[in-house]
Amino acid sequence: MRFDARLGLAIAAGKLSAASIRWLGRGGGTALPGVLSNGLDPDVLDKLAARVPGGCIVVAGTNGKTTTSRILAETLERAGFGVIHNRSGSNLVRGITAAFTEQVSLGGQPAGEIAVIETDEAAFPEVVRRTKPRLIMLLNLFRDQLDRYGELDTIARNWRETLDGLDPSQTLLINADDPTLAAISEDSPAQRLTFGFRECQYTLDHLPHAADAAVCRRCGASLIYDELYLSHLGAYHCDQCGYQRPDLTFGARDITLDGLDSGSLVLETDQESLAIQGRLPGLYNLYNVTAAAAAGLVLGMPGEVVQAAIGDFQAAFGRIERVQVNGRTLVLVLIKNPTGFNEVLRTLAMSEMTDPVLILINDLDADGRDVSWLWDVDAEHLAAVEAPLYTGGIRSGDMAVRLKYGGIPPERIIPLGDVAEALDPFIETIPEGGTAFVLPTYTAMLRLRELLHRRGSVQMFWEQ
Amino acid sequence: MKLTICWLYGDTMNIYGDRGNVLALAQRCRWRGIEAEITTLGVGEELDPDAYDIFFWGGGQDREQIPVSSDILGPKGETLKALLEDGAPMLSVCGGYQLLGKHYHPYGEEQLPGLGFFDAWSEAGPERFIGNVVVDSGRFGTLVGFENHSGLTFLGPTAEALGRIRVGRGNNGQDGTEGCIRLNTLGCYLHGALLPKNPAVTDFLIKAAIKRRYGVEELEPLEDDLEVIAHQQAIKRAVATG
Repeated sequence: MRFDARLGLAIAAGKLSAASIRWLGRGGGTALPGVLSNGLDPDVLDKLAARVPGGCIVVAGTNGKTTTSRILAETLERAGFGVIHNRSGSNLVRGITAAFTEQVSLGGQPAGEIAVIETDEAAFPEVVRRTKPRLIMLLNLFRDQLDRYGELDTIARNWRETLDGLDPSQTLLINADDPTLAAISEDSPAQRLTFGFRECQYTLDHLPHAADAAVCRRCGASLIYDELYLSHLGAYHCDQCGYQRPDLTFGARDITLDGLDSGSLVLETDQESLAIQGRLPGLYNLYNVTAAAAAGLVLGMPGEVVQAAIGDFQAAFGRIERVQVNGRTLVLVLIKNPTGFNEVLRTLAMSEMTDPVLILINDLDADGRDVSWLWDVDAEHLAAVEAPLYTGGIRSGDMAVRLKYGGIPPERIIPLGDVAEALDPFIETIPEGGTAFVLPTYTAMLRLRELLHRRGSVQMFWEQ
Repeated sequence: MKLTICWLYGDTMNIYGDRGNVLALAQRCRWRGIEAEITTLGVGEELDPDAYDIFFWGGGQDREQIPVSSDILGPKGETLKALLEDGAPMLSVCGGYQLLGKHYHPYGEEQLPGLGFFDAWSEAGPERFIGNVVVDSGRFGTLVGFENHSGLTFLGPTAEALGRIRVGRGNNGQDGTEGCIRLNTLGCYLHGALLPKNPAVTDFLIKAAIKRRYGVEELEPLEDDLEVIAHQQAIKRAVATG
């Protein structure tokens, strides 16, 4: 391989800055090295991606991309592959570039045979253009509280353009239960494979408020759901033009949720069926498991490796995490957006647990500065939960009011202060040996982990 | 007693947590033993002048506002305007507020006629106002919310502003006013949602409704501890970020 001086310099800069940022204790060093490398060689990501012998896999979606890409990376590692992966969830172009410069030699030799890249929705077109993935996984598109007017439409339009520009050597693996994804992938020249729920006992009676109304992308009529599983995901058809959910290449059935601890399903293809058991709660995680297992099979991984990787999987940074503090267990569940929040509340309500819950709402840029989105969440799910509900964070008052107007008796709602002020009073309410749930927004989770780290309870995320 | 809340165009104009306003109206009725029903009224559906007690009209995207604007012209708009002139209470936010004025001029599009209930008009502005807002209003004390609009609203000589901006940009970023109030109808740019954190406004609307329907003057007070905490937190936050 010819030595590329510019590329070599870019890689060296990326590696040095990541090391020095960590040494200075300033944080994970997950994005700045990418900024530096990109500045020195704007094509660094294209060049490095092209040198990965087994090619790149890109994972995109509003919710579940970190969990899904981690399960897939773990599956590939178990099968003996060296995997390049933006593990800390730094999923913009600069973060992805940083992950690549970290995981190659100074001469530009990749330290792995295959790359699993989680990408942000807005960065998806550029990441696909630069890394020319062999496999693209699309999980879902939900409305986010950070969306400006019409942003979801724009993302769908940009994704469609990207998919239309693929070639037949590339493979698309999409969640067919999401009508938007099914529609925008229809005309792609890539080979399209699908996954979804073939049969599921957990259904919704109507579209949640946080979901956008599902409209047939072919003719504009309202879609009819034969089954609705989560937000706007389900089995659907259009009465007007006959459009319907595409056939499932990978269909999940026998879907079972076991409280807050685990779930299981059977993944069916034309040739085989694979029983899968995972230690991840909630229907939303079973979508992630379905996606990751399907991708593993597409990549030719043996069924037992897929089963074992999912069976042993530990949740990604803060998605669901169990932490020991003073002899008590805190279950941390990140709240990302209205749909994610709804599913967490639905999972808590279905488990019939009575442990204390602390909801931490911040309103910094990464959380969404406008807390109006709390009103798009169905807090009503918690009315049936016989647990004390504490609120904290910069906007603990807004969350407390949301719960009250959701029909939770005010005496069960206890507003506390910001994350640092709320933590100890909350822990004191948990009996010795007991369990409690903490549901923080993004920056509240960072703050919470920082506080727990000081007590030695959690590792910081770049150490995982 | 029973009150029926009409959520105008609730199926299309429902962004930024507007549902919170409708929930607040319904719950504060129920907590007082007043039965409350929420119905949405969409494009093409007739407005029965005797069916509703409180109206809510929220915001939408420009492209959603065009069919609504043509729907509100003609008999439906006349009925609605007559109800508001008669003292029917309404809260309108953002897009709904703009359409209660004389006209709205979106960017690069034709001017949309409004209902002309407020002596006010709106036009697309060059900048988007996004952030926490605190308003000093004579009638309701301080109001807190979150604005997110590029439309600018200007009040005519006979219009009364809802209040003066303490933090934020308000109607147009120039004259220090926010919102408009006439009879029992309020228009403003305050999301958040507005009513749960500003219970004085919610109760004003409910009180006007029970007086108009049942001739009842008294509204039982409620315990508002949590609402006060959220309200005070929002003021603190607005001052820190504004």
